Amino acid sequence: MKHLLDFEKPITDLQQKLAGLREQTAARQLDVDFDEDIRRMEAEIEKKKKEFYANLTPWQRVQLARHPKRPYSLDYIARSFTGFSELRGDRLYSDDRAIVAGFARLGDHRVMVVGTQKGRDTKENILRNFGCAHPEGYRKALRLMGLADRFNLPIITLIDTAGADPGIGAEERHIAKAIAVNLREMALFKVPIISMVIGEGGSGGAIGIGVSDRVLILENAYYSVISPEGCASILWKDRTAAPKAAAALKITARDLLELGLVDEVIEEPLGGAHNDHDGIAQSVRTALLRNLESLLKVDPELRVRQRYEKFRRMGKFNEGAAPGAPAAAAVSPAG
Amino acid sequence: MTDPSPPTPDSRPPEPALTPPPAQLDTSFARKPRVAANKSRRRDIPQGLWTKCPECGEMVFDKELEEQLKTCPHCQFHFPLCARKRIESLAKPGSFEEIDAHMTSVDTLEFTGTDSYAAKLEKHKSRTGLCDAVITGFCRMGAHRVALGVMDFNFLGGSMGSVVGEKITRLIEAATLQRIPLIIISSSGGARMYEGMFSLMQLAKTSAAIAYHGRSKSPYISVLTHPTTAGVMASYASLGDLIISEPKAMIGFAGPRVIKDTTQAELPKGFQTAEFLADRGLIDAIVPRRQMRERLTEYLDYLCAAPAAKKTA
Repeated sequence: MKHLLDFEKPITDLQQKLAGLREQTAARQLDVDFDEDIRRMEAEIEKKKKEFYANLTPWQRVQLARHPKRPYSLDYIARSFTGFSELRGDRLYSDDRAIVAGFARLGDHRVMVVGTQKGRDTKENILRNFGCAHPEGYRKALRLMGLADRFNLPIITLIDTAGADPGIGAEERHIAKAIAVNLREMALFKVPIISMVIGEGGSGGAIGIGVSDRVLILENAYYSVISPEGCASILWKDRTAAPKAAAALKITARDLLELGLVDEVIEEPLGGAHNDHDGIAQSVRTALLRNLESLLKVDPELRVRQRYEKFRRMGKFNEGAAPGAPAAAAVSPAG
Repeated sequence: MTDPSPPTPDSRPPEPALTPPPAQLDTSFARKPRVAANKSRRRDIPQGLWTKCPECGEMVFDKELEEQLKTCPHCQFHFPLCARKRIESLAKPGSFEEIDAHMTSVDTLEFTGTDSYAAKLEKHKSRTGLCDAVITGFCRMGAHRVALGVMDFNFLGGSMGSVVGEKITRLIEAATLQRIPLIIISSSGGARMYEGMFSLMQLAKTSAAIAYHGRSKSPYISVLTHPTTAGVMASYASLGDLIISEPKAMIGFAGPRVIKDTTQAELPKGFQTAEFLADRGLIDAIVPRRQMRERLTEYLDYLCAAPAAKKTA
């Protein structure tokens, strides 16, 4: 079996044994009844899987988030949405294929969907730059989100990137500024914005399309300020310490929910999203629809204010004010 | 994202230490007269307080270096300048009122690498005398009341965690509400790794605050100093109505080592310097440190309507 992660092996071994048993029963038409064994084995596999996937380490989840068979943005766009109509280009320099965007329908709602897109094979990965967007990608996203805002289409962004492109051209054309402008402008859009981290949420490259009313994350996706490898090479001078870094950084969906940095975790099919593309796409669709419908009930002005306040609250610090000093009045300029 | 050590392989040393005269016998004496030529000051300079300029190799008296705002009198090389000194160099004397002076970081994630984050914080606090990597407050510059934020690279590489994000956001919000100009002097390796995703969210928080400041019609001038990279560059530092830089500051998103490793390509000459980026359209002007106060005041004169005109508006 191709694309097998180390820790997936014990379970697939059992599954293969089971398949063998079934074949034998079918092929030989033996009198011996294996039904009982098969049922027992199935139950055992199920139990093992549940046990195992409930207790994945952060690093194992990172590996699942990067699983080469995991559904990517276009897979969700095809399954969770209907009638996708792609729109291309930043109108400044080029069309960055690492970000896909366009009109689509989510249930009965017309929306603008924007997502970072990885490639399935080498050829597509070269086209998609492994899902690492250049400044043009962020500018395309901004252009189309701005269009959506003007014409009252809710915005859905799908995040799956190891990070923005770390290359010479990206620096020459100001990748940092492109991201910064997106952060600023997304804060002001009047339409509802929902983001979903579907795989990798790699730092600035991820948040560059992630300033939203609701930030959802799949169970085995991660969202981090720095890649575990990058963190490991800075802290331990050793990229192989990435599992340690993955744990220290608190980047799993559950950790982030606990820290109040994401709004909702979407459960994945047992064993990870790659085991059931249709199943996860259905869960994603349901979650997006539910959030969109609740956001649409909120007055636009209030929604924008709440978006500001949501990010405004993020951060833990010690005020350390001198005793007796009056606390600074918290006045939101968004109010 | 955050590399607490200076991000370039050829990066400049930290604040010059008190170094003894160099060991090479002949050359040091040969060079000495150039410094000593400034006769009027000669008597005041205590022996032995020298710093070698990493750019031109000249020995500079520390006192002179201080007087020149930590720029080399020979080649204009800009040494790092700590936040307090920088404020002194910009604000009208005695006018700076600091806000949130005692805000400190919390080790929310109980982050332990080779050292615990808590221990690192303590070390940097005692070493720098700062509470965190930014000082914020209000001051006067020329005729203007200004909201001023100054980052300090000496504190954990000027990295942005919750405290930097919160102090910067409060400063921006105050400037918005008071309708006064905002100046932020950046110097940072990026988001602070030890606070994980809390740090990344400061990018969104500060940038959103800038969005509202922009609506208030008061200007924001972002000043980039060596080095300004990654998360800070990908948020407020890139969002100035004017983006000004000190000469030769290293400015970018990804670290040069990462870029080199990923692209396997030779980096262009002067890559990620202020001059390189000015040529490529990111930076309005490169302003030497010793002219900074004057130039910033001039910009404010252009951008801020006269108080009388404001009232009628």
